[in-house]
Amino acid sequence: MNRLFALGLTALLGLGSGAAQAAEGVAIPSHSWSFSGLFGTFDRAQLQRGFQVYREVCSSCHSIKYISFRNFLDLGYTPDEIKALAAEYTVMDGPNDDGEMFERPAIPADRFPLAFPNEQAARAANNGAYPPDLSLMTKARKSGPDYNYALMIGYPEEPPADVELMDGMYYNDYFPGHQIAMPAPLSEDIVEYADGTAATVEQMAEDVTAFLMWTAEPNLETRKSMGVTVILFLLVLTGVLFAAKKKIWSDLH
Amino acid sequence: MAETANPPHGGEGETRRDFLYLTAGFMSAVGAGIAVWPFLDSMNPSADVLALAEVEVDISPIAEGQAVTVMWQGKPIFIRHRTKGEIEAAEAADADAADMIDPETDEARVEKPEWLVMVGVCTHLGCVPKGQRAGDPRGEYGGWLCPCHGSHYDTSGRIRKGPAPKNLPVPPYVFLDDTTIKIG
Amino acid sequence: MSGLQLKNPVLRWIEYRLPIFSFLDHSLGSSYPSPRNLSYWWNFGSLAGIALVIMIVSGITLAMQYTPHVDYAFDSVQRIDRDVNFGWLIRDIHVNTSFFFFIVVYIHVFRGLYYGSYKAPRELLWMLGLVILILMMATAFMGYVLPWGQMSFWGATVITNFFTAIPIVGDSITTWLWGGPAVDNATLNRFFSLHYLFPFLIVGVVILHIWALHRFGSNNPLGIDTKGPQDSIPFHPYYTVKDLFGLGVFLTFLALVIFFFPDSMGEPENYIEANPLSTPAHIVPEWYFLPFYAILRAVTFDFLWIIDAKLGGVILMFGSIIILFFLPWLDRSPVRSSAFRPYHKWFFWILVLDCFVLGWVGANAPDAEFHGVPFVIIGQVATAYYFAHFLVILPLLGIFERPKPLPASISEPVLSGGGMAAGAAAKPMEKA
Repeated sequence: MNRLFALGLTALLGLGSGAAQAAEGVAIPSHSWSFSGLFGTFDRAQLQRGFQVYREVCSSCHSIKYISFRNFLDLGYTPDEIKALAAEYTVMDGPNDDGEMFERPAIPADRFPLAFPNEQAARAANNGAYPPDLSLMTKARKSGPDYNYALMIGYPEEPPADVELMDGMYYNDYFPGHQIAMPAPLSEDIVEYADGTAATVEQMAEDVTAFLMWTAEPNLETRKSMGVTVILFLLVLTGVLFAAKKKIWSDLH
Repeated sequence: MAETANPPHGGEGETRRDFLYLTAGFMSAVGAGIAVWPFLDSMNPSADVLALAEVEVDISPIAEGQAVTVMWQGKPIFIRHRTKGEIEAAEAADADAADMIDPETDEARVEKPEWLVMVGVCTHLGCVPKGQRAGDPRGEYGGWLCPCHGSHYDTSGRIRKGPAPKNLPVPPYVFLDDTTIKIG
Repeated sequence: MSGLQLKNPVLRWIEYRLPIFSFLDHSLGSSYPSPRNLSYWWNFGSLAGIALVIMIVSGITLAMQYTPHVDYAFDSVQRIDRDVNFGWLIRDIHVNTSFFFFIVVYIHVFRGLYYGSYKAPRELLWMLGLVILILMMATAFMGYVLPWGQMSFWGATVITNFFTAIPIVGDSITTWLWGGPAVDNATLNRFFSLHYLFPFLIVGVVILHIWALHRFGSNNPLGIDTKGPQDSIPFHPYYTVKDLFGLGVFLTFLALVIFFFPDSMGEPENYIEANPLSTPAHIVPEWYFLPFYAILRAVTFDFLWIIDAKLGGVILMFGSIIILFFLPWLDRSPVRSSAFRPYHKWFFWILVLDCFVLGWVGANAPDAEFHGVPFVIIGQVATAYYFAHFLVILPLLGIFERPKPLPASISEPVLSGGGMAAGAAAKPMEKA
């Protein structure tokens, strides 16, 4: 309840989801997001940039298995663009009449292809670590968007002198335990944005986090806009009911 | 009413009271009505189901006189590569079209005469008619025969005899090229 | 007080053959006399009823889209959130109404504790309410398992492991509950089946609860019986409109959470699919179970020879509810309402505080510390106090507390004497 109250208070003030504590007591700095607050919405251009970052950087290891190509209509792509995008990927289908599995170009109804066919393959390719699916990542962590953003920019040049990193691990300021198997994923200009936005690490981290908020909850905007209508209606209805109650009870001595 | 409750006030008080009741009642009814909609709509086809509303079929492997059945929106689609004889039989029957149960010419039912594409669901009570496979009974008109209640369809899929009220429906489809059709 | 006059001949025809309209009139209508002084604390019973209806309607709709299989359950919930028309809304309604259901029911229970609603002749009414609470907890627990997230799986594992604490047959019972050597597909399937069944059992007990309520009518803030017509008002329209207004407030708060903070009362961990190989760092039950969880973990030592710490915790946890069944006999005071019980009033609020402390302890890891005091110690003190309240304080208060003088009747609360004017002829509804 306390968490709800704090969340409610900060969100009502439009401050986003506030600072939260990671498991080891590291404070996650809060960041301002276009989608936080009562009337928050996604920035379509940002989502498209975030998708570009995901596609060119993250997707080599991380899947977004709950997203289908058709969902990208939400990001502002046209049906033809989505068809062309889907066709760039191949998916396994079958069995055909000969009993063989076969590959075919993806169609908009297909899910976005997995980075690895299964967890074992993912671990084998990543030194035993398992890059988790990112579809729900911003919901699966406390203060998800803030945490995701902090994690991506939280790689210092040099780990603190007193830390002894295990083999194949990297130091991160915000990852629980500070030792993470993922090397710093972003570096200056690792992608070239189509809209000319400067691809700084902070910019890319923010864009891809917004994109991941969208993959976690594509209905966020519908939810909020519907909520405003519903609550206004309920406030008026409750007011009328209160007046009716007053009126009826005024009969009593 | 208990004795302690006063009788309703007359005049202005009563008008205000009625107005309040009407407003409260009306708003509650509207609110409840709107609230029911999401629950009902959730039972309609969902986005992932609707996304599969189109299928593309490669028809090049279907030899003349053969037929395949593909799934489209959970229903069997009959795709038949008709023989010369079947096409002639279907076109010859056009002369009697006016007397058919569901009058329709063969030309109106095909894009290209050699390819007949239909939803393979009997228009009587929803069984799948026989006639797709080589050994199947094909009814008195050489097309399809529904095993449930004996509806006979001709080589154009028109109902000629039996309880079914309509011809086998033709789904929306286009030829993307000579060997590919898109259904839906 | 049969005030029902049907004008419509069709309704009269039905009424003659099935007297349903007079039944409703006597249950919720103008022929059901209610104490005229009920406060807003009395709104929470009807709110709980509405919450139950919302849960059942949204639950049945969700069940049409959900797949109770370990390989598909998590994905089917994601499909509900993403692809089913309004699926996200219906799931948010179901999840968040469950939290509000517990808030409302807990307030309803504490209202009963404060105003002595459990006392004669309403003991069975109280006990039926406790049965509803227990059924609710079982239903909520099984429902939480269905999305098959990490908390679902590990919550199910931890809670069902309680039963291994039972001597001799514990392991067999646990295996039977699971339907296998561990929480797996069989467990998920039976939980889905029972999660669908239990709400209807709750409906059944709710009917008994209301039946028992209507035998003597509602208790009231003064805790004295209605002595005649001047003490009561018809349920309709007075309390129907008051309940409707309360419902409006309730729905507004509910909508605020559903639409703007839908995940605020859940655990982020449950957005990760269940993985039987990896336990989350910090397992906590849903917040409405936290006080019980604290009691469970408070026992860190063995009792006597046969009861080890694990069994002791389980016994105490179940005992914390079972003890409430004996409340009508533990509290010997003849006065119901705490308004006239100068000490009980304070002990009531200490008990409320104690429950919040237990909840706070339940939310923290047992080996964590609060200003140097380990949470497990705080939990033990709070648990001891909880039981002392019912087993020591209440019986003693019954003996030593001197209640304030009661008003003569509800309609004349100012008079402290025995003046019973107009209502003298009316027969009391029960012997005090």
